[in-house]
Amino acid sequence: MAIETEPGTTQQPGGQQPAAPPPSRAWWMRPAWHTGLLLAIVGYVFGHWLGNYWATPGPGSPATYQQIPSSDTNDLSIVLGYVFMVLGWLIGLGFFNDLFRLMLGRPINGNGHADNGDRGVARYFRMTLDHKVVGIQYLVGMIIYFCTAGLLAMGIRTELLSPVHHVFSSSVYIELVGEHGTMMMMLMSSVILGPFGNYLIPLMIGSKRVAFPRIEALSFWLTPAAFLVLLSAILLGGFHFGWTGYPTLSVQDTPGADAYAFAFGLMGFSMILAAFNILVTVICYRAPGMRWGRLPMFVWGILATGVMMVLAAPILIGGMYMLITDRTVQTAFFTDQNGGSTYLYEDLFWFFGHPEVYILALPGFGIVNELLPVFTRKPLFGYKVASAGMIGVTLLSFFVWQHHLFDSGIDPDMRPLFMLTTELISIPTGFIFLVGMGTLWKAKIRLTVPMLFCLAFYFNFLIGGISGVFLSDVPADTTEHGSFFVMAHFHYTIMGGLIFAFMAGCYYWLPKMMGIKLNKTLGQWHFWLMFIAFNSTFLPLFAVGLAGQPRRVFEYARNLTTLNDWVSISSFFLGASILIFVINFVWSTVVVRERETGNPWNSRGLEWQTTSPPPLENFEAVPVVLSGPYEYGVKDAPPVADLHPPVGVLAAGLSEHDTARAEA
Amino acid sequence: MSLPVRVGTLLVAFLAVVGGVIFVVIHFLLAGPPTVDYSSGVAPGQAVNLMMQEDPQNTVSNHPDWVSYFIKDPKTGAWVHTTLFSVPANTRINVTILGYDGCTPLRNPFWGKVTGTIGGTEDVNGKPVKVINTWDGCNVGHTFSIPGIGLNVPMASPTTVKANNELCGTSPCTSGPHQTMTFSFMSPKTTGDFFWQCRVPCGGGFLYGFGGPMQTIGFMTGEMEVVS
Amino acid sequence: MAAETSVPASGAGGAGERDSSHGIRIFVVWLVVSLAADLLIWFVLGPHLPPGDEASAANGQQFDIKVMSVMAAPVMALVLVYFSYSLIVWRQRPGDEEDGPPIHNNTRIQVSWITVTTVIVLCLFGFGTYELVNTAGAGAGSGQGPSPIVNPPGAELTVAQQTAPYTASKPLVIQVIAQQWKFTYRYPQFGGFQTTYLAVPQNQWVQFDVTSLDVIHSFWAYQLGVKADANPEVNNVAYTKPTQLGSITVRCAELCGLWHGAMYDYGTVMTQSDFVKWAQHSENHFADITSLLPPYATTYDPTEIAKIGEVELKLGITGANGGYYPPNDPSQP
Repeated sequence: MAIETEPGTTQQPGGQQPAAPPPSRAWWMRPAWHTGLLLAIVGYVFGHWLGNYWATPGPGSPATYQQIPSSDTNDLSIVLGYVFMVLGWLIGLGFFNDLFRLMLGRPINGNGHADNGDRGVARYFRMTLDHKVVGIQYLVGMIIYFCTAGLLAMGIRTELLSPVHHVFSSSVYIELVGEHGTMMMMLMSSVILGPFGNYLIPLMIGSKRVAFPRIEALSFWLTPAAFLVLLSAILLGGFHFGWTGYPTLSVQDTPGADAYAFAFGLMGFSMILAAFNILVTVICYRAPGMRWGRLPMFVWGILATGVMMVLAAPILIGGMYMLITDRTVQTAFFTDQNGGSTYLYEDLFWFFGHPEVYILALPGFGIVNELLPVFTRKPLFGYKVASAGMIGVTLLSFFVWQHHLFDSGIDPDMRPLFMLTTELISIPTGFIFLVGMGTLWKAKIRLTVPMLFCLAFYFNFLIGGISGVFLSDVPADTTEHGSFFVMAHFHYTIMGGLIFAFMAGCYYWLPKMMGIKLNKTLGQWHFWLMFIAFNSTFLPLFAVGLAGQPRRVFEYARNLTTLNDWVSISSFFLGASILIFVINFVWSTVVVRERETGNPWNSRGLEWQTTSPPPLENFEAVPVVLSGPYEYGVKDAPPVADLHPPVGVLAAGLSEHDTARAEA
Repeated sequence: MSLPVRVGTLLVAFLAVVGGVIFVVIHFLLAGPPTVDYSSGVAPGQAVNLMMQEDPQNTVSNHPDWVSYFIKDPKTGAWVHTTLFSVPANTRINVTILGYDGCTPLRNPFWGKVTGTIGGTEDVNGKPVKVINTWDGCNVGHTFSIPGIGLNVPMASPTTVKANNELCGTSPCTSGPHQTMTFSFMSPKTTGDFFWQCRVPCGGGFLYGFGGPMQTIGFMTGEMEVVS
Repeated sequence: MAAETSVPASGAGGAGERDSSHGIRIFVVWLVVSLAADLLIWFVLGPHLPPGDEASAANGQQFDIKVMSVMAAPVMALVLVYFSYSLIVWRQRPGDEEDGPPIHNNTRIQVSWITVTTVIVLCLFGFGTYELVNTAGAGAGSGQGPSPIVNPPGAELTVAQQTAPYTASKPLVIQVIAQQWKFTYRYPQFGGFQTTYLAVPQNQWVQFDVTSLDVIHSFWAYQLGVKADANPEVNNVAYTKPTQLGSITVRCAELCGLWHGAMYDYGTVMTQSDFVKWAQHSENHFADITSLLPPYATTYDPTEIAKIGEVELKLGITGANGGYYPPNDPSQP
């Protein structure tokens, strides 16, 4: 792809068509979340009626499907209700407006700019073509989803304070477990790619826009729908099978299971769309001079994540779809007695499920590799090794999924094979530590709040990663599988890795994204409380699991009461630390708004070379990239990019590229 | 927006969130059927008489077509739609259950054997019974099982065609063909919550019949709370 | 254009000495910490590591965990010591606004790291595979599915073999039937009686045939070191040989519905003679119900009840709440 040539026409989100000026209407008449909500309700009512209509026996209507129509046990009406609800939601938000206009031969609305003249807070509640607005929407959304799921976790730990006296009924407890797990696993897969990926990738690669702004906006607006559908399961009686959804329990469960399957599938769509957009943007919209060898590590991390999302999420959607048809129209994919197999679901789910956990881990790698050079004032050690590590993890992640099924009765000949691939994947994962340790060698370490979170990432991921090696060994896994050992392992890698990296990203990039500073003292309180409480919560769980406590239980052996109580109290402190973060975030962004323009971290990243927040089109002109972003300490290093390349310098950039190629 | 407006909006939003969370917790998460109290006012050494019935439907709930147990409140004599009850520890519990529901065979016929009762039998309409063969006739509707103490008692059902076509139609049932089961067991010495369940998969319309009422507290599964 | 600089072996200028002194200091601290940790793990913690050594499978798993801990400790120590050292020694002093040295990579270090990690990983793979497939361990207690590849001598894999009367020289066969929400155990070598109590004999191979009647459960006998998922219509075979007398805790390790957390029971490892006595006593005690059970098979389809069709035809009724499985349900006996 020839990136050295300046695009012929200016980059315009919204397309090249001549646009009609947008009509000025009152804010409540323009499509936004309130119109989306209205049409969503209309859609749900219609879908629900349709499901009941089809389930009622009568002349002209097909044979009865299961359960009793017009009662809340008709899964078909619930699922169709959700389908039309989401359709109505999207129509109400205005996603189909441009499409309909084009189909009718009318010019699309807009003034050629990403925001259509929108200013102010209102644009955050609309479909927007500006990737920076989408990034902020994602950021606020993800914080809300994370905190909701975190509250559910508080409920779980409250119940586990006593092995015999119960706060919640067992039904509510298992609902809490399922809601917490599903909300975290499905929504946090975009916790870094959504806010930081969408906001920063164009800035980091020197582009004025993303490749598919409407797809990007769509990927965001599907997330509140998925979140609310998942929460609505509580209204439908909850789902009682955790986030993994194994049949035949999931086929046999109350209608809350439909909410689970639908929400998960919807989020799968969101993942595919977001990832697809980012992949095309990175491949096709890099500025001249932004060679693959100069790409920031964060972009590599998001690229690898995007590849996994695009390849794995379709399997998830397929699996959830089959689950829904098993529950509504009596297919028998997963029921053994009718020729199906529970193993089919387990394999489909984990074929997605394993890349999913690397989708959750890799953006964290990207962020720490990105931040470490800034706060050690040294180039990233082993750039090629780091990117090779990310690519290696991406490739291998598709070959390890049966390690979730070692004791399930799979073909025993497969087990050594998957033990091998699972052990092998720890090699590219280890590259992160090599790169981190090399970057720290003789560095000038600045312990800012983002750096503290990065260092904690390494600590947590070390424990998480090593415990993964214990799980990959099949004999040891026989005791560890399905116990709290697994829980501790994945909380260390996902929460200790991804979420700590997310926090680092927040403190690091909020000055760029919103032009305000987060309070440093609160940040340090947040970090230390979170780090200590996190380890205090999850480290004992390794012992709890090895002592024999299975996952998802509300009763446990009495001799484990002290350990469980310690963990529960620590988890309350962990929740308090997240509260401190939310208070810091809200207080700094809404009330105090202490301006932070410029480059507070003295970073060489291309995104920091514009104002904070960046102007509408990111760069006045497409920049020419002159050097890599990690050239700290290099004498006479050229600036990272020329932001106002005069006419003709592109020719120079071209020849420079050719010269470098000749030298290589 | 000016500072006071921003702070005000923030405060309102915060209160709304807190209020919402409290509402959800109280209304959805902590809500549940009531616990019928069989434990207060029981002198040591005295026995407790627990009275229950199982019905073919539950017209007083939002799932009218689900089978359901009811428990009689010892103080008021009314039938309560719940499956939660409390008993004192280390006490003889004399249980009477009225079986109004029709027959369904057991998935695992092993549960047709009476275990865990005092004497190892149950009385069906006064006649002692040890084992019921649910695969050879229309004779069992449900079971009452407390796995934690090894108690398993099959609930007999009306056995004739005529009776099964004339089952009681409104809950809680007061008339209609039924069987009366009586048995006794000792409540455990240690306090705690012991779950109980039915082992007959009669969750109509759910795969393998174990969904719906079988897995919903207040219908065919519940808890025995042993208090000191 | 930024040049790709490598660190010369002795460092630049007068920093050569300090390069290797950093390395030596880190190495020495690492050596001490790793040695201490490894000795502690092997000798002090080792005998007490989960899941104990009361059965052959548990013993094998305990050994695996011990070996892996001993290999993991130096790796963790390296990273932790290095990070701690760098945070102490290489912090930016207040007032110092300079950048650090422009070290882009070091091929020797990178190649060494990749080589060492690959070797460690392949060794662990070899070790784990050996522990899994060696005949003495018979699969390390994990569920091997219906066609296990590692069996103890004399393993009975057909129904005919499993229903042959019990002898102390062949493995004892116990069928674990998982259902919502209790495990029951069937002993085909003693006439196929079913019980809710798990009793196993000491010093004899036990073969668990695990299956389910409804949803996916998982049979986890902690002290025996056995974990095998119970899938409907699937027979999952796992082996262990109890070596010490004592009690066994059995928990369900796969979420199976509302009362998954309460699905546990206790069993006992008894001497062989006690076990035979117990089994014969139970066979008599459960004789009335055993005659009503379906014939012993490795899996059961509880929707197929041969007699029920006749009964329903004879009586012309459909059962509780409209039927066992009403007309609009997938399975219809």
